[in-house]
Amino acid sequence: MPLVNGGKIVDDSFVKLAVDTPLPESGDILVPAERFLGEAEGLLKRAGKVGVIWPNNRDIAELVPYLGKVAAVALVFPTFRDGRAYSQARLLRERYNYRGELRATGQVLRDQFVFMLRAGFDAFEVKKQADAEAFMQTAKRYSVFYQPTGDGRITALHRRMQLRHSEGVGT
Amino acid sequence: MYAYDEIDRTLVNERVSEFRDQVKRRLSGELTEDEFKILRLQNGVYLQLHAYMFRVAIPYGTLATNQLRALAHVARKYDRGYGHFTTRQNIQFNWIKLAELPDALADLAKVGIHAMQTSGNNMRNVTSDQWAGVAPGEIEDPRIWSELIRQHTTLHPEFSFLPRKFKIAITASDHDRAAIKIHDIGLRLIKNEKSETGFEVLVGGGLGRTPFIAKTIKHFVHGRDILSYIEAILRVYNQYGRRDNIYKARIKILVHELGIEKFSREVEDEWQHIRNSSLQIDDEVIEDIRSRFTYPAYEKLPHMPDELRQAAADPDFEAWRKNSVAPHKVQGYSIVTISLKPTGGPPGDATAEQMDALADLADRYSFGEIRVGHEQNLALPHVAKRDLPALWKALDKLGLATPNVNLITDIIACPGLDYCSLANARSIPIAQELTRRFANHELANLIGRLHINISGCINACGHHHVGHIGILGVEKNGEEVYQITIGGRADENAALGTLIGPGVKFDEVADVVEDIVEAYLALRERPEELFMDTVKRLGVEPFKERVYATR
Repeated sequence: MPLVNGGKIVDDSFVKLAVDTPLPESGDILVPAERFLGEAEGLLKRAGKVGVIWPNNRDIAELVPYLGKVAAVALVFPTFRDGRAYSQARLLRERYNYRGELRATGQVLRDQFVFMLRAGFDAFEVKKQADAEAFMQTAKRYSVFYQPTGDGRITALHRRMQLRHSEGVGT
Repeated sequence: MYAYDEIDRTLVNERVSEFRDQVKRRLSGELTEDEFKILRLQNGVYLQLHAYMFRVAIPYGTLATNQLRALAHVARKYDRGYGHFTTRQNIQFNWIKLAELPDALADLAKVGIHAMQTSGNNMRNVTSDQWAGVAPGEIEDPRIWSELIRQHTTLHPEFSFLPRKFKIAITASDHDRAAIKIHDIGLRLIKNEKSETGFEVLVGGGLGRTPFIAKTIKHFVHGRDILSYIEAILRVYNQYGRRDNIYKARIKILVHELGIEKFSREVEDEWQHIRNSSLQIDDEVIEDIRSRFTYPAYEKLPHMPDELRQAAADPDFEAWRKNSVAPHKVQGYSIVTISLKPTGGPPGDATAEQMDALADLADRYSFGEIRVGHEQNLALPHVAKRDLPALWKALDKLGLATPNVNLITDIIACPGLDYCSLANARSIPIAQELTRRFANHELANLIGRLHINISGCINACGHHHVGHIGILGVEKNGEEVYQITIGGRADENAALGTLIGPGVKFDEVADVVEDIVEAYLALRERPEELFMDTVKRLGVEPFKERVYATR
């Protein structure tokens, strides 16, 4: 599954561990939430980055104490129709101020890229190679956004205000 | 009227170009039907019984004449020459080709019309009172807030993949014409003791197989906080709404399972985190939206012009005027409802010719504006009273002057088995038969206000639960069977109807309705006692007895 990060297809440095996979001595690892919470202290001590795979039905608040220590949070789209991870992403970015890698995993298709970027994702395990290759083109599909989100893009409401003021109309 | 600016137009065009690409990928096989399904639904495209059905949004039911002409154009060029107005302030086209859809959308985009989120598990087209801005006594024009919410919910990055569809309706009048109590979120515009504008917020209403009347979650949310409050409700729903069972995924089930107190605590907790964020709306933003709604330059006109006085001698005109013409907030003007329920016709259908002709009439008599209501009728919102006789003659020629608004033949019906792949029974032929049975205007008038609502399946697109007489078609042993309820209503006193007994066969439905009506006429205490009041006073028993005594 190709990984898009920073808008480019890149090699994934992280190795995904299952609940019972033996821990490699070094290297970056992505660990399921359950295992991470159970062994957090040990995992964070070893060499290499640690990321956590967080299921979409578990309260993201449980992860908050570790947000400064994990290098990546991978949220899960078990199907592209299940939008719970969008809320988790916005909470992580906007409420809990998480600044590390926020990765979309599962059924990640090009038609969801814009929504995901706006919710705060910056890394994407894309299901189809062609979609990963089309990332930049697809991500730029929209230039107008109606809602304020943590991605900081200016909303239509505020752009109108700016235009009004620059035209000297209103106030 | 609300004018889209360059920013809105850009978004609509970007959406069309995205969908064109998605259709191309579907046709080339790059997208599977499963992947494409949700994308086409988000653009209003269903795969129906015979063809693709295309549902176009008419936000808060307001149309300009060039927009109505564009809908006529789509009906003519891409469909079979007609469209169907629905209970959701939408219009549907039934026979569209997938490959031509992007062109149809592009044609509509030229006049600021789109099909975004008219279906799919996202926030649907925001609906409102079709008399918004002209109804006497409303708090203020609810469309300003509807438009604010329309913008906020369009392509929302967090709520485009909800557990199920999500519908918001707004009213600003005491008399609720927007049916807010049967919506996921119902908003009633009110003023608080400081004269500040805000909303009573209701949540968890809806029909379908588990119908609920919405409950009040908060008595007053200030206008500046309405987006954050809606966002808080949606966020709780997105995280905790059920996804294991499609029939239990609507917010009404979550509200019911948690209880309104626990649900409102969850929402309150979420809201406290976000209410002071950039979601807070300042007055300037509201004023900006308000400034893009334009209102007619009304003339100073007499309350009772000579033209109207003279026309009153014609009983046909008078019958129509009494039925279809409502008071306007400006003296000398009226709101005219145009019945799309002719005798023997499918409720809500209009031909391309009728749409074009109506656009001409709206230009001449209604400052270029048309409204679409959830009862599947249209309205001209600003008709000078002196023009009523001429308008009536013109409407009559078009077959659009049936004087039956709010009467027994003003039937709400879903498309049913004739079009819909979900339906188990026919709706349209039942409606057609009933309009023939009660075609006599004197009789219909004698009966008075009586709403019949018909659905061809449990999904309740025809809102049968809230019909004064509700008719639900189901399938039993390969046969269409119809369950009859009475006592439902969708207004400010919304209630669900009560089943009167076992289902009846297709051929018996009209007879049963006649029996119910005869029973009512015999039981009412005086001619002013409406059907609903008689049902309320006596319950279903006497009606049940009358219907089943001989069956």
